[in-house]
Amino acid sequence: MAEDGKEESVATDDESDHTAADGTGSLNNTMVEEGSTLLRRMEICVAEAEKRSGKNAVNMQETFTVYLIETRPMDAVVEGRNPAPDALWRRYSEFELLRNYLIVTYPYIVVPPLPEKRAEFVWHKLSADNMDPDFVERRRVGLENFLLRVASHPVLSNDQILYHFLTEEHGWKEVVYETGFQAKADSRLRALSATFRVRNPDKRFMEMKHYSDELQSHTSQLLRARARVADRLYGVYKVHGNYGRVFSEWSAIEKEMGDGLQSAGHHMDAYAASIDDILEEEEHYADQMKEYLFYAEALRLVSEHEPMMIFSLLWQSSVQKHELTQFELEMASQDLISKKQQREELATGIVRTLKLLEELIAEGEETVKEKTLECEEHVEKAWVDMQRFKEQKDKDLREALINYAVMQISMCKKGIQVWGNAKECFLKM
Amino acid sequence: MSGQTVPADFSGHMLDLDEDEDLEVFSKNTSRADGSPMPNSPSSMVNQYRLEEDEEEQQDANTKDLFISVDNPESHVTAIETFIMYRVVTRTMRSEFDSSEYEVRRRYQDFLWLRSRLEENHPTLIVHPLPEKFVMKGMVERFNDDFIETRRKALHRFLDKISEHPILSYSQHLKVFLTAQELTSHRKQGPGFLSRMGETVRAVANSVRGLRSRPEEFTVMQEYVEDFSNKICSVDKVTQRIIKEQREYLDELKQYGPTYTQWAGSEEDLLEPLKGVAGCVERCSKETEEQIQHLSEVLVPALHEYVLCAETLKAVMRRRDNIQAEFEAKNEALASRKADQEALQEEVDGLADRVELANNALKGDWSRWQDSMRTDLKSAFMSTAEKNMEYYEKVSSRF
Repeated sequence: MAEDGKEESVATDDESDHTAADGTGSLNNTMVEEGSTLLRRMEICVAEAEKRSGKNAVNMQETFTVYLIETRPMDAVVEGRNPAPDALWRRYSEFELLRNYLIVTYPYIVVPPLPEKRAEFVWHKLSADNMDPDFVERRRVGLENFLLRVASHPVLSNDQILYHFLTEEHGWKEVVYETGFQAKADSRLRALSATFRVRNPDKRFMEMKHYSDELQSHTSQLLRARARVADRLYGVYKVHGNYGRVFSEWSAIEKEMGDGLQSAGHHMDAYAASIDDILEEEEHYADQMKEYLFYAEALRLVSEHEPMMIFSLLWQSSVQKHELTQFELEMASQDLISKKQQREELATGIVRTLKLLEELIAEGEETVKEKTLECEEHVEKAWVDMQRFKEQKDKDLREALINYAVMQISMCKKGIQVWGNAKECFLKM
Repeated sequence: MSGQTVPADFSGHMLDLDEDEDLEVFSKNTSRADGSPMPNSPSSMVNQYRLEEDEEEQQDANTKDLFISVDNPESHVTAIETFIMYRVVTRTMRSEFDSSEYEVRRRYQDFLWLRSRLEENHPTLIVHPLPEKFVMKGMVERFNDDFIETRRKALHRFLDKISEHPILSYSQHLKVFLTAQELTSHRKQGPGFLSRMGETVRAVANSVRGLRSRPEEFTVMQEYVEDFSNKICSVDKVTQRIIKEQREYLDELKQYGPTYTQWAGSEEDLLEPLKGVAGCVERCSKETEEQIQHLSEVLVPALHEYVLCAETLKAVMRRRDNIQAEFEAKNEALASRKADQEALQEEVDGLADRVELANNALKGDWSRWQDSMRTDLKSAFMSTAEKNMEYYEKVSSRF
């Protein structure tokens, strides 16, 4: 988690200690820009998780988890005062709502992702159950990470809905819906633009889209392979525990060999037990990778936004100038119609677009001018944020990879120690 | 060791019908097969062990004068069969041998023959086991290179152990095995198959009768053998399982490393660290491969040997019991019958001696075997621990 600027800390009760509160290392290393982002003014943390019961939309009893968000004004912290934090409870679905709002409202920003909804890339010991305490804990950390990233973003941190999310427990949902953001959701246009490729789109965005696909593919492959390796490594360590049991039994019937065997057996037990901590630590690394797996999706959305806007503009101007045929010809030249399937998609696409166009036409020519301007602005803003994202990603992942190497070295050191001890015991046999 | 040549009276009691490959019918030769010059009378043999224990020396450490090696496996094809011949090279300064160096070619069957002769002549000595005829799982072909190499090493170990044994190494059969160019003629001599059958039937009958009273120390030994057999088999199984898990771990590692390399292809600033991690994972793979190999070549064979030893020990205990049972049977007959007292008495006395000889032989060999087991397994475990340390050192240095 890094941006240009100096490092900021996560909320702790000890205001003089500006380092991460819990042992989740680099995940809580927040950086803040030299602007007036929210995080400079306010200390934020997701302190706890709790189980709740209630009736859901179809009046059925359900159990869910809520997370406690605590905030404190930063100047109070800096000045050494220690006021009690403001706090409110939110559940995962509310975080999702917030994020969807941000995606729609700032389509040119790579919006930070939420921790996964369901446990994926699970290796056998980890529970895939959403109620599992380890999963809940990791999710708590992930949600905090999300808030810190959003609150330190130069653009997103100024959003009022975000501020209310952090400060107003009740009625927040209604305020969000009132913004009417769901109407702005351009999912229909997005679907259309996926079918029609725009001619001469901005190369930078094509590259970004291509990169986002690569990032998604590589991180998911890495995560899948890593989970399988973890599973196997777990097996190797645990089987050594059987040595512990057998050596202990064997030592009972031996005279000279007995002591050596027994103590060697204890070290084998220790070895078998050590894998639990090792793999738990590795989960943090996996979470960091997952964050960027999901970031890849956010990046893809932004990279598709620009060509999609151009597409909508082209349609509008074509319709305005009664140049439908012209447009069709341009589309045809892109080899789409040569394939039968795409021909059909083209046909259905045109029908859908015509309906959309009815709405657009109604807005008139002024709208076209407005939209063109907006499009240009968006393109520039998107490009800026994509650069910011790239720097952040490089820094974060570099750190994650280094930490991973450190973890492996630590694991090796433990291994050397255990086997060294075992060797001493065998010597005494 | 002094060179007394008192012929030992151990022969002629083949009590176990082992899975003998050469089920050729022997000529019914009632002469004692083993006219080997025994180095010691049984009682002085026991004394010698006590002496050795006082000195805390293994016999082989200072006085090894018989060196045998097994190498150079070669395939032999005849009209009937195909088999492997191994080269057996002997170097010795012992006066019993005419020359100081011998080279012969032997096949697995020949080793089986030698071992069964040794067991026959010394039923209560612990004769090191041979590698099995077939391996149950994992290997199908007899002529697979790994299988041949594993077997060759085990055959070498076998002769090594025999050559270090204070009594077995002076066996006439061993000498013939090491020196005769053509072994088949010698293999035809010895107690006939039928007489061996007879012995086995008697043995089974005796064991059904049960022993009157087994001396306490042999009961203790028996219990130990049972327990040891269980434990060593368990350790063997655990080790096999570890190898299996390691192999699966290795397979996944080989898929894992490339995900970093592939990713590096679409990155600039991250290229270096990604490639770095890929390299480390690759190193890890390589070291894991070596670790697996070490386990397979050092620990598994050692454990396996002692699994077979446990079976040998059980057989030795049974034979000892049978010798005692025979004596007791005759003794009872003596007590109940009035006629033929003199002849029976002589027979009973002979059997009583036999029991004493057998017991002493076993006692002497027992502590020797225990030391040997301890040394061998200690060495194998230590080697494994060292290899594991080396594994972690190499992997962490790359990271």
